[in-house]
Amino acid sequence: MRGADYLVKRGFFALVTIYVAITINFFLFRVLPGNAVTDLSRVPHASPALRHALLTEFGLDKPKWEQYLIYLKNLAHGNMGISFANQQPVSHLLLADLKNTIPMVTVGTVAAIILGVFTGVLSAWRRASASDHLSTNTAIFFYAFPTQWLGLMLLILFAGILPAGGMSDPFLFTAEPFWQHLGDIAKHMFLPAATLMLTAFGSYTLVVRSSMLETLGEDYVLTARAKGLPTRRIVWRHAVRNALLPLVTLIALELGFIVGGALLVEVIFSWPGIGLAMYSAIGQRDYPMLQGGFLILTVSVIMLNFVADLLYFRLDPRIST
Amino acid sequence: MTLPIQDPALAAEGLGVPPRRHGFLRSVLRERKAAVIGLAIIVFFILLSVIAPYISPYSATAQTCAVYAPPSSRHWLGCDDGGIDMLSELMQGGRISLVVAFAATFVAMVIGGGVGILTGYFGRWIDTGLMRVTDYLLVIPDLVFAVVIADLWGPSLFHVIIVIGILEWTSTARIIRAQVMSLKERVYVKRAQAIGSGHARIITRHILPQVGPLLMANTVLTIAIAIYLETALAFLGLEDPTVTTWGTILEHAFERTAISSGAWWAIVPAGFVIAIVIVGCFLLGQAIEDALNPRLKVAHLSVRRWRIRPLAGRGPDAI
Repeated sequence: MRGADYLVKRGFFALVTIYVAITINFFLFRVLPGNAVTDLSRVPHASPALRHALLTEFGLDKPKWEQYLIYLKNLAHGNMGISFANQQPVSHLLLADLKNTIPMVTVGTVAAIILGVFTGVLSAWRRASASDHLSTNTAIFFYAFPTQWLGLMLLILFAGILPAGGMSDPFLFTAEPFWQHLGDIAKHMFLPAATLMLTAFGSYTLVVRSSMLETLGEDYVLTARAKGLPTRRIVWRHAVRNALLPLVTLIALELGFIVGGALLVEVIFSWPGIGLAMYSAIGQRDYPMLQGGFLILTVSVIMLNFVADLLYFRLDPRIST
Repeated sequence: MTLPIQDPALAAEGLGVPPRRHGFLRSVLRERKAAVIGLAIIVFFILLSVIAPYISPYSATAQTCAVYAPPSSRHWLGCDDGGIDMLSELMQGGRISLVVAFAATFVAMVIGGGVGILTGYFGRWIDTGLMRVTDYLLVIPDLVFAVVIADLWGPSLFHVIIVIGILEWTSTARIIRAQVMSLKERVYVKRAQAIGSGHARIITRHILPQVGPLLMANTVLTIAIAIYLETALAFLGLEDPTVTTWGTILEHAFERTAISSGAWWAIVPAGFVIAIVIVGCFLLGQAIEDALNPRLKVAHLSVRRWRIRPLAGRGPDAI
């Protein structure tokens, strides 16, 4: 069966890609010139004894291939090293951060998809009308504005109305009811998620629009029209469902962009997620954190890509490559 | 030579009439308003960057007014945190930003075009090997990767260029590869092979001119991405701290309390110039791509201009 072949192939590709990501992660930090390791052992005024002690402590005196095996073994046990900055295990820190990142990114992305689909469909529906031009041009501009700039603009516009940073109000008592905490987090999440939505929806609009235009030229749309179905029904029931396939591909392709956008957004709004953790790691030269964050984000994107592949297969069983 | 297109398959690919090398851009510009606007924007900013040192009102490095002085008749866009005239700083920043974007795009196009042609033309293990690399780079989050490399190598203009260059060639490589794979099967390439042309000659004489327009579209679109990535890296503090770019202008404004001082003029103009340049690249690149690959020109729903979809293979307008 060709379908099963496809799934096995995609799954295998995902696994290989994850392995490559892990290996590249090792090479980036340990083997390439100008890597973290040479920086680490370049302590100013270090005596040879201290340098040697450091090298042994971090296992850097061993040959590279042995270091690589140790790295793989530790990773298999979920050990990503100890953060230089606060001496905590990197995996614990990053998993806690990831839990903060996921809701914000999900809300922002889903909002972007909804906005993109609506504006895209309406643009295609009212092709070449003033509303089409308006929505297409708005989409192009939001696509072009840098993410960090959109975030700063929202900060300026909503300063004082909505919380500008963090994820929750530190002065809210833990005894307060659950919904109040939820409302507090929602309030804090509004600006970061809105920034993410604004930065991502433009390309969705454009893709949905062009794919809708293509779908509306299909024969079955003509048939539906000949049957006398109301336009609204043709658009939402017949055309949109088919026109959304390219959107799935685009969302999968743009996951990396979303993650990058999330990094910038978290820095601007001090959202305590994995992006902010990586940003502080840059400032503190906390290489284990940087390495761990990069690995987690890359592996997440690869897995989500695989999920998108599965979804695409479910939506369109014709594909077999 | 104005033969009608015979083969509907070729027409569908938009490749029925191979674009001539010089006339192509001109015809795109003649037919598409968006391309003219895009090109005008790009040319305007290039010219502005070239003559910036002669026309910028103040020095882009020395203090000429009060800290965060608001826009006035003497300083049209106000001043930044160091009392530097924003307009002059934007002009100076544009020079560096554009140089970084063009240089990074050049690196990306050399790699992407090279990989695309090699994999598409030779196929087999070269294709498999290089496409795996491409697939990998396509899925990893590029800004995160760029942040890691830029941080490990240390902040410098050169590193930013290289980082962007080695990250942004993948989509170009895939598009060029697909094009080359179809070109390779064309009759004239087969004939060239039959009369004994070598690979190098076929690639330079028969393949390269054909992928030229596609490469051009990708170049323009990649410039937009490069500008975006440069501002993002700069914002995260990974740009050379001694230079001024559009990215560092935003970074300084954010880091040095422009928002709490209410100094919107230190933020708003930089975002707009970045967006305008990116829109310009997008319009031009998209117009070239559309010209190469015309999409459906009719929708069965178009309320006002209802017409029957043209049948394939009749006239140059056929889909």
